[in-house]
Amino acid sequence: MLEQITFALGTMIAGVFGCVLYFFMSNKLLDAALPAKGVNAGRNINRANRIRPWLFMFPALFILGLYLVYPVFNSIWLSLHNRSGRTWVGLDNWVWLVKDGKFRESLFNNILWLITVPALATFFGLIAAALTDRIRWGNFAKSLIFMPMAISFVGASVIWKFVYDYRAAGQEQIGLLNAIVYGFGGDPAAWITLPFWNNFFLMAILVWIQTGFAMVILSAALRGISEETIEAAILDGANPWQVFWKIKVPQIWGTVAVVWTTITVTVLKIFDIVLAMTNGQWGTQVLANYMFDWMFRGNDYGRASAIALVIMLMVTPIMVWNIRNARKEDI
Amino acid sequence: MAELKLTDVAKSYGGKVEVLRDINLDIKTGELVVFVGPSGCGKSTLLRMIAGLEKITGGTFEIDGVPMNDVPPAQRGIAMVFQSYALYPHMTVRDNMAFALKIAKKSTDEITAAVENAARILQLTDYLDRLPKALSGGQRQRVAIGRAIVRDPKVYLFDEPLSNLDAALRVATRIEIAQLKESMPDSTMIYVTHDQVEAMTLADRIVVLANKGIAQVGSPLDLYERPDNEFVAQFIGSPAMNLLAGKISATGAQTTVTLESGGTATVAIPTEADQLGRAVNVGVRPEDLVLAEGTPLIGGTVDFIEALGEVTLLYFSAEGGRDPLIAKLPGIHAGLRGKRVDLSAASDKLHLFADGLSLRPKG
Repeated sequence: MLEQITFALGTMIAGVFGCVLYFFMSNKLLDAALPAKGVNAGRNINRANRIRPWLFMFPALFILGLYLVYPVFNSIWLSLHNRSGRTWVGLDNWVWLVKDGKFRESLFNNILWLITVPALATFFGLIAAALTDRIRWGNFAKSLIFMPMAISFVGASVIWKFVYDYRAAGQEQIGLLNAIVYGFGGDPAAWITLPFWNNFFLMAILVWIQTGFAMVILSAALRGISEETIEAAILDGANPWQVFWKIKVPQIWGTVAVVWTTITVTVLKIFDIVLAMTNGQWGTQVLANYMFDWMFRGNDYGRASAIALVIMLMVTPIMVWNIRNARKEDI
Repeated sequence: MAELKLTDVAKSYGGKVEVLRDINLDIKTGELVVFVGPSGCGKSTLLRMIAGLEKITGGTFEIDGVPMNDVPPAQRGIAMVFQSYALYPHMTVRDNMAFALKIAKKSTDEITAAVENAARILQLTDYLDRLPKALSGGQRQRVAIGRAIVRDPKVYLFDEPLSNLDAALRVATRIEIAQLKESMPDSTMIYVTHDQVEAMTLADRIVVLANKGIAQVGSPLDLYERPDNEFVAQFIGSPAMNLLAGKISATGAQTTVTLESGGTATVAIPTEADQLGRAVNVGVRPEDLVLAEGTPLIGGTVDFIEALGEVTLLYFSAEGGRDPLIAKLPGIHAGLRGKRVDLSAASDKLHLFADGLSLRPKG
């Protein structure tokens, strides 16, 4: 135990000082190579200034390249090879993918998630932000709504397993949803096994988590709106509903878009909730979990990589749009 | 079209912090009334109470005899132009101006006609499809006014509408507002500003607010010539009126005051014999002081000069006087710095205050 702690501390110190040393020494070397004096002082300063940013960015670029760019190319390479990653199989994995029913189910479910979760989370977040804005216990309500953000997806799934828990009729219902249904005289149901609809029961978990995120960001945006435009709208005769939808929301539309796309990216990567709740049974499979299945249960590097690339292809355009929007917000 | 009547209007926050009290004011149809006062005197608050954006916590406010205390802002028949313009940033100029009419469910033809008419008056026709961010400050200001015009309100409220504009544009827009007022003789306007030039040039009547209440109401020149109290005397006019402390030494049709600085002032204000010996302040405007030829009113050494070309401001301290005094002499007077000057003023230009209030008979 002590040995491990010492080792961890040693690594941290070495890492931090290694970085400091790198920046210090590389800067020193640059100054030595292009001294800011002598006949060429002016030219040297200009050149050094052009090189310096790259020198300082190099570690970050290198690590990003190693852990992000290289894996992409390796995945492409792997997706063209067989299960062990050694024999070239051409597009076989991709052909399999197109024909595979479970893959199509995953893709369909992912799109379903993609439409439902960001829309609902953003909508609820917006409503929560607006409603908590002007009441005295608004901040308390906000912390309650935000709290699920602090729970891991697996933890949240465990909580919701109890919400959806099924006991046969006549037994004591320990699942919240069934207890309510049963209390009103309905029949308890095994909610997460209901085909198609079970997808939405899983989505509810992510909406529950992400609403807090949307609320916090949108609440800040709402507070940034000029109070006078709202007063002007009131004088113009707009009722609170019209003020909200015609004056406030359009003014924070950029933020809404960023929140929406950020949640969309999270949704595309959705994995933990499905793994913990159903593991893709009863028609709830999604791409990330399907990839995990083929990688670590099927031991097929080729097919898993092909699925991973599909996820990447779906995320990329949304990411690009998101970053563009976020930049526009800054200006 | 609209008469406004404020009776004992008061405003306090939470019943503790009193901002305004005992506001009594009648504003007639077609009048342009300007609220002026130092920062924090409540002039904007009073305007917002008239608009309905702030609750009136005491007294009554009526438009055309109808109590308005609890009428929602949109139904009071008022339109307001905000200091920051408060244009809706996501709407074009056209939509900004049409918003109120759309909310009121007016027909498309009616809306188009109203918007285009306002745009024509304000020379905004070429900018109707632009967003506010693509307009200059002056154009934004005109859109804000246009948004008020299209609603054809009974009362226009302006909350420091020119304070975000640069000096040249401020003068131009001020003249535009004056012309706008002339073209709409039936509209009642209330205009809040801290700029006395705006107040003096635009107002039919000025309401000076100070100390939670109304210090004086009157026409611009009335306030300038016959201020009711020292506050108004010093607030209207720039530089501020000089106050010279003294005691009344003779009463009658004219009043003679022996000044602390040693001089004697004869003021063309009648006083009763029982006022003899009373401590007073003699007020004299910097521009009413002239280099003395006969007996001087005050004298002193010039500490500092500001030469503006058309006038020269002399900052000097009178012998025995407490505060530095200012004289505004026409023309150029270089080389007076450090010299002694003797100044006098006509007796009908002098003001007389006791306990802060004017001794001039009313009326």
